Amino acid sequence: MTRQLALPFLLAALSLPALADSYSLPKNVAFEEECTSCHIAYPPQMLDARSWQHMMNGLANHFGTDASIDDRRRTAIADFLARNSGGRKTGRTVDAKGNPLLRITETARFERKHRDVTAATWKRASIKSPANCAACHAQAAAGDYSERSISIPK
Amino acid sequence: MMRSTPFMETDMRHISILAALLIAAGGAHAESPRDFLTRFEKEAGAAASPERGARFFTTKQSGEWSCASCHTDKPTQVGRHAKTDKAITALAPVANAERFTDAAKVDKWFRRNCNDTLSRLCTAQEKADVMGWLLSLK
Ligand code: HEC
Ligand code: HEC
Ligand code: HEC
Repeated sequence: MTRQLALPFLLAALSLPALADSYSLPKNVAFEEECTSCHIAYPPQMLDARSWQHMMNGLANHFGTDASIDDRRRTAIADFLARNSGGRKTGRTVDAKGNPLLRITETARFERKHRDVTAATWKRASIKSPANCAACHAQAAAGDYSERSISIPK
Repeated sequence: MMRSTPFMETDMRHISILAALLIAAGGAHAESPRDFLTRFEKEAGAAASPERGARFFTTKQSGEWSCASCHTDKPTQVGRHAKTDKAITALAPVANAERFTDAAKVDKWFRRNCNDTLSRLCTAQEKADVMGWLLSLK
């Protein structure tokens, strides 16, 4: 391989690890205001469009809390989530019966990526719930789940 | 001394026009914590009782949570969401100038949080009492 060819290849290879697992958040004011007050911004890319649609139709009972919002905002956020949903790595996010999953933490991809985390670890007081991404992923709020910022608290 | 160039002057003029517009636009809606106390007392047709507000805020009613479960029983402090563990900035106006300045936000959270803790909306008297207590905190 000549040097001219090698350089771009090298650069592409170097930038890949950073891109491969970055779930950077597309900017959206309504999503930020309404979906990050009780927890971090979960990446829209981690559920498919049908899952988001179901979630956005049931905000008055959202995992045991009332997260209802006015219809104009609800529609705007639903559109935003649908536009940025899923992708090749995420695939379909459904349960065994084909019903849409509402939890990222119940998707096949999440389970695969966290195979090595034991049941006891999830229950630690410092973690509380698998949904508490930021307990272990220091940069979760910014959509960065890469290995270099993972640290499991005691 | 810095001498302003013509470029900076136009810049500054734009900024002050913009600022004036923003203040004018915001002024129509901006509210203060006292305005909410007045509004809730008027809706309730009775004065607020800060003591009753404190009791209401810190006591579990029908559900698994009280207001204090997420906002602590000293709302001048930072709270934590009882389920997700996310930090919640202090609720008492004396500790957080952003609180109770936007009617849409205040109404939205009273609706949601009352539903979550009481499985119903709060009455105007309950909201007045809570407001009275929060405003009494130093
Ligand atoms: C009033 C508080 C509140 C608001 C507002 C809120 N949520 Fe949630 N959300 C929760 C709670 C509580 C959970 C459950 C967390 C747990 O199990 O630890 C949750 C869970 C989730 C989960 C599943 C996490 C998992 O287990 O994979 C997603 C996805 C989610 N929320 C998205 C949203 C979106 C999108 C919005 C904006 C439309 C939103 N939330 C607004 C309280 C809220
Ligand atoms: C108990 C700590 C913990 C929590 C909580 C947690 N994770 Fe992880 N996560 C890990 C660990 C450890 C790995 C690395 C697994 C490996 O490399 O084998 C990981 C890996 C990942 C990866 C793959 C990263 C990569 O570069 O391959 C993603 C994506 C991810 N987590 C997303 C999430 C999301 C989203 C949440 C919340 C809904 C979450 N995690 C909650 C510990 C956690
Ligand atoms: C399950 C957790 C939880 C409980 C219980 C809870 N709150 Fe909240 N509250 C929140 C969150 C989250 C916010 C919005 C986050 C923020 O603004 O920092 C909030 C915001 C508010 C606001 C908005 C104030 C403003 O202007 O910014 C008011 C008012 C409020 N809560 C009152 C109450 C009252 C009264 C109760 C009891 C009836 C209560 N809360 C119970 C979590 C809770």
